[in-house]
Amino acid sequence: MQDVSYYRPSSIKEAIKILSEHGPTAKVLAGGTDVIVQARERTKKITAFVDIKKIPDVMGLGIEGHRGLTIGAATPMYQIYNHSGVQEEYPAIIDSANIIGGKAIQGRASLGGNLCNGSPAADTIPTLIVLEGTANIIGPNGERKIAIEDFCTGPGKTLLQHDEILISLHFKRPAPFSGSRFIRFIPRNEMDIAVVNVASQIQMDGNKIESSRVAIGACAPTPLLLKEISNFIQGKELSQDLLENAAELFNNLITPIEDMRGSPEHRVDLAKTLFKRTMNDAVIRSNGEKVQ
Amino acid sequence: MSKKIVISTDLNGDITEFIADERDSLLDALRERIGLTGVKEGCNNGNCGACAVLLDGILVNSCCVMAAEVDGGSVTTVEGIALENELHPVQQAFLNEAALQCGICTPGFLVAAKALLDTNPEPTEEEIRFWLAGNLCRCTGYDKIITAVQEASKSMQKK
Amino acid sequence: MVSTQKKADKTYKVIGTRPVRPDGVDKVTGRAKYGADIQLPGMLFGRVLRSPHAHAIIKKIDTSKALALPGVKSVITHKDLPTAADAALNLGETTDNLKWISDKVLAAEDALFHGQALAAVAAVDKHIAEDALALIDVEYEILEPVLSVHTAMDKKTPSIHDNMKTVDMIARFQVGEISETQINNVASILDLELGDLDAGFKEADIIIEREFETGTYHQGYIESHNGTAQWNENDEVTVWLSTQGAFNARDQLAALLQVPMSKIKVIPMEIGGGFGGKIPMYMEPLAAIMSKQTGKPVKMHMQRDEVLLATGPTSATYIKVKVGAKNDGTIVAADAYLAYEAGAYPGSPVSGGGVSMFMPYAIPNVRALCLDVIVNKTKTAAYRAPGVPAAAFAIESIIDELAEKLEIDPIAIRMHNAAEEGTRRHDGVLAPSMAVKELLEEAQATEHWNAELSDPSIGRGIAIGAWGNGGMESSASASINSDGTINLNTGSVDIGGQRASLAMQLAETLGVEYDSIKPQVVDTDSIGYTAVSAGSRTTFATGIAVIEVGNKIKKQIINRVATFWEIDANALKYNDDGSVSSPDKIINFKEIAAMLPNTGGRIQASIDIQATTHVPTIACHIVDVKVDEETGKVDILRSTALQDVGKAIHPAYVEGQTQGGILQGIGMALYEEYYYDDKGILKNASLLDYRMPTSYDVPFTEIILVEKPNPGHPFGVKGVGEVPIVPPLAAVANAIYDAVGVRPNILPVNPRRLSVLLKEKNNK
Ligand SMILES: Cc1cc2nc3c(=O)[nH]c(=O)nc-3n(C[C@H](O)[C@H](O)[C@H](O)COP(=O)(O)OP(=O)(O)OC[C@H]3O[C@@H](n4cnc5c(N)ncnc54)[C@H](O)[C@@H]3O)c2cc1C
Ligand code: FES
Ligand code: FES
Repeated sequence: MQDVSYYRPSSIKEAIKILSEHGPTAKVLAGGTDVIVQARERTKKITAFVDIKKIPDVMGLGIEGHRGLTIGAATPMYQIYNHSGVQEEYPAIIDSANIIGGKAIQGRASLGGNLCNGSPAADTIPTLIVLEGTANIIGPNGERKIAIEDFCTGPGKTLLQHDEILISLHFKRPAPFSGSRFIRFIPRNEMDIAVVNVASQIQMDGNKIESSRVAIGACAPTPLLLKEISNFIQGKELSQDLLENAAELFNNLITPIEDMRGSPEHRVDLAKTLFKRTMNDAVIRSNGEKVQ
Repeated sequence: MSKKIVISTDLNGDITEFIADERDSLLDALRERIGLTGVKEGCNNGNCGACAVLLDGILVNSCCVMAAEVDGGSVTTVEGIALENELHPVQQAFLNEAALQCGICTPGFLVAAKALLDTNPEPTEEEIRFWLAGNLCRCTGYDKIITAVQEASKSMQKK
Repeated sequence: MVSTQKKADKTYKVIGTRPVRPDGVDKVTGRAKYGADIQLPGMLFGRVLRSPHAHAIIKKIDTSKALALPGVKSVITHKDLPTAADAALNLGETTDNLKWISDKVLAAEDALFHGQALAAVAAVDKHIAEDALALIDVEYEILEPVLSVHTAMDKKTPSIHDNMKTVDMIARFQVGEISETQINNVASILDLELGDLDAGFKEADIIIEREFETGTYHQGYIESHNGTAQWNENDEVTVWLSTQGAFNARDQLAALLQVPMSKIKVIPMEIGGGFGGKIPMYMEPLAAIMSKQTGKPVKMHMQRDEVLLATGPTSATYIKVKVGAKNDGTIVAADAYLAYEAGAYPGSPVSGGGVSMFMPYAIPNVRALCLDVIVNKTKTAAYRAPGVPAAAFAIESIIDELAEKLEIDPIAIRMHNAAEEGTRRHDGVLAPSMAVKELLEEAQATEHWNAELSDPSIGRGIAIGAWGNGGMESSASASINSDGTINLNTGSVDIGGQRASLAMQLAETLGVEYDSIKPQVVDTDSIGYTAVSAGSRTTFATGIAVIEVGNKIKKQIINRVATFWEIDANALKYNDDGSVSSPDKIINFKEIAAMLPNTGGRIQASIDIQATTHVPTIACHIVDVKVDEETGKVDILRSTALQDVGKAIHPAYVEGQTQGGILQGIGMALYEEYYYDDKGILKNASLLDYRMPTSYDVPFTEIILVEKPNPGHPFGVKGVGEVPIVPPLAAVANAIYDAVGVRPNILPVNPRRLSVLLKEKNNK
């Protein structure tokens, strides 16, 4: 472990002060499942942990009627997937939260950490994107909001400044007849990093696709929102042919890399398959039914 | 040399004060500073579950927790899951079902299985397998571990 | 889950029952002490600096900055090791050379693989030791790495070791002369031949020739290597460690440290898995040297990436096999070429593969040409049935294809060619009693084999495999306490329940309760030489030692009772329940024990045996898989393992061994593999990316134990640990073929590889 100091502020103000004074090698510590490992393996220079879990603003979650869902940035995954409101209205968040690491990782890992860590393969980001999440941020200069689709800028890079803190994530109330689904592909069945992951959100008008959002991970330097796909299927009657044709767009939309987890060809094939599967499941959910 | 810090935590039911290095993980502190070597290190990066403990009642990997974080909290390790003078049903089931071979993964499995049964007293086979997927065992092929958790669930129902 | 046992005829009182293991309570309460759990006053923590390059000349190592760091007590490099002789050293399952072990412990002139140890540090705290590593400056001249057997053997490729000559092997472990055939970067050749291949192939109606590859697989024990050493001022060294063989470790340490064997005491701690991988020495000698330099105990505990990078996984392989058969399924000739990666130093288990792959079959004309090839990767070590899973994958895939082409049932074709007692093998040995046919009959009768497949995307595969098992040397001693309890000491490290299986054999021999025996694994000062717990030998060979000790004790008891009763010993009988009787008197075991102190003292016996009566065992795996053709992902739906165990002493532990072995085999078939980049850098040195199966990846494996006793063991034990890992690779591959009509020839057949095969099929 690198030579780190540990701070446990009890207010946002205090936390920001520590981060500002310490400079960029001070890191927010949420669940620590990324940042503690990075500090130990010395993949990043880290000299201080600023543990935010005693700050009430970043912990917990709640649904406020029509105003939608707010999740504290450092709320651990297990609290999220055990929340009945989220289960009912935002099932794609459950799809994501339930597969991050194993149960012991989920006891700690947070959405804020997953997002701020900025991994191209992060398993919650595509979901947060298709649900039109916004990030509420506070820094030395006050508050700001960023759409999650804009949040990541490169592998491990985000728009967040080193002395800013992500406070919470906000999601509007899902529209009627809408559904969402996240699926990742891994060679094992648990405990693995996505070869490709896809989240789809769809709003139906009878059999017509009223609107949709599709995001993909592990196929580019950041998770991507694929507007081209939505434009292609929007306003059309849902059919397997339509999805097949839309899936062909992936050939030109993504240029994934070759690495130990996958080849470009396999990733494009998987993207198409996961797109179709998430779409079909999202449609099932838009009817108020459950997917297996 | 990094700083030494004093930590006070409810450890297996007793308030315990100890000195740790500021850069110790909870796993480092439990093993090297306190001597609770029942908590095992298999990977030191969250991948194997051998170091699993309960932190404020929640299952975590102690290698992915800083020791400093548990100040004022509570920690339960494998050394603390037995009932007074009697093994926890899950420990007894592991013995009866021969669910350990080398035994290095056992402490992590026991703590994880206890956490499962605390929240879901009658899990299905699928739920047990999913819950334990963060714990690696290389000796047993998991068969007898799954059976032991099923056994423990049954024996806890009887009580 | 079902578990069936096809029992041998004889009935026993203790053997075949399932008592709780003696070390069980300690292990479920966290009290058991494994190697890394040792804490000594004043103890220092050691760490190792490793090469970031796969092939480089080490031009300079500057340790001065590291030494200057407060808290650092010792920094060593290769020059601090005693010079090692260029001599062979027997390591139980494999042989090794001392110079190579020494270079692997700390590199001398070159770094020959990514992760090779270059320097070591001891400091007052593990964080400081780690800080110190970052302060060691190393200057490298980077060389091109050699990363496959094909490049290695190419004449244009430079030799990794100057002056290395290809030697002939005469048998699996016996090194012969320098070979007439010299192949670049090939350390040794074993050429086994029986009959007349050309003539054999001429008789064939069908000939199939295929190439196969398997990846580098790690044993994956959950406990990382560790060792703690205390070097005393009188040059006595105590070492606490997790090893499969305390004596083997002691002898390696003695050679490496140049200290007399008697001055080294190895204390074997509880061991968290080994599977063959915890036999070689890695950082234990470094701990000893740094202890010598500092006068303090030094503990070392590898991080997981170090385990994957720098300990000994099994060889990646290239295997080409040609098999000829007649239309009725009779195999008339088989020709195999096996090239195994040894890693950076010689000693792959290629000969194990070449010998064992044909063991289940009677083939009149056979050849196996085995090459041990040097590449710039970590030196391989033994891994459960070393060398055999890959070779069995090759032959069992071809047999499956033969069966299909000849339209013969896959079990029938294997039955038709099954080896029997007396079959001449290509390694010259006459096959002893084996249970190939019995096992296949059982397989044929399983509900699994006869069940309908519910879906066209589901396929079923079967494969068998053999492992020769091990004998070797074992010691045991036992003493009787005055209350009738017995202490049993052995030198065999308990890696999966052997304390129980040994105590059970002594209990059966003496006719006493299992619970009255307290078995212990003791250190190298306290018992006679005992070879490694490996090669599936412990319950068999140390079992024989324990039975012999029991027999000696029985004899002494008879004599003592004879003296006590003043009667001729020949008139006494030692009964099955541990009592001794004359025609008119009887005394039970407890009473005997109680009278011992006052009739000449308590009884103790010890023995050292060399077991040679081991015989091969056979295993069979039946597996159903479901293939997702869109993604290339394979799921295991159902799994049944059959195994001839000779005699299951403790059936639950036998089942556990089988289930564990099957899962490792499934890992080899589907998930696990070292991923090196083109510079020879290992990219997946973590348990997240080196994908071992989790509980969520597999169903229960149904176990069917077949007991065909080994005539060379009093209770019929053969050895069970290794053979179950052999069949699953081919069984899974054959099941995939059954499901989707493509034959995986490279393992692991992960989704990426299978999707390529499926595309090729669909484009045809
Ligand atoms: C064994 C294992 C398995 C894993 N499996 C998966 C997986 O399947 N899928 C997946 O996507 N990830 C996985 N991860 C990665 C990790 O668990 C997730 O990314 C997790 O969501 C991170 O959350 P955290 O709270 O632990 O973040 P931390 O480690 O606490 O923080 C991560 C980064 O974000 C910063 N940060 C955190 N919170 C804030 C905030 N509120 N404001 C500003 N900056 C902040 C930190 O400074 C740090 O740089 C795995 C990790 C491990 C160890
Ligand atoms: S040691 Fe903590 S998860 Fe492996
Ligand atoms: S019993 Fe050895 S790793 Fe589980």
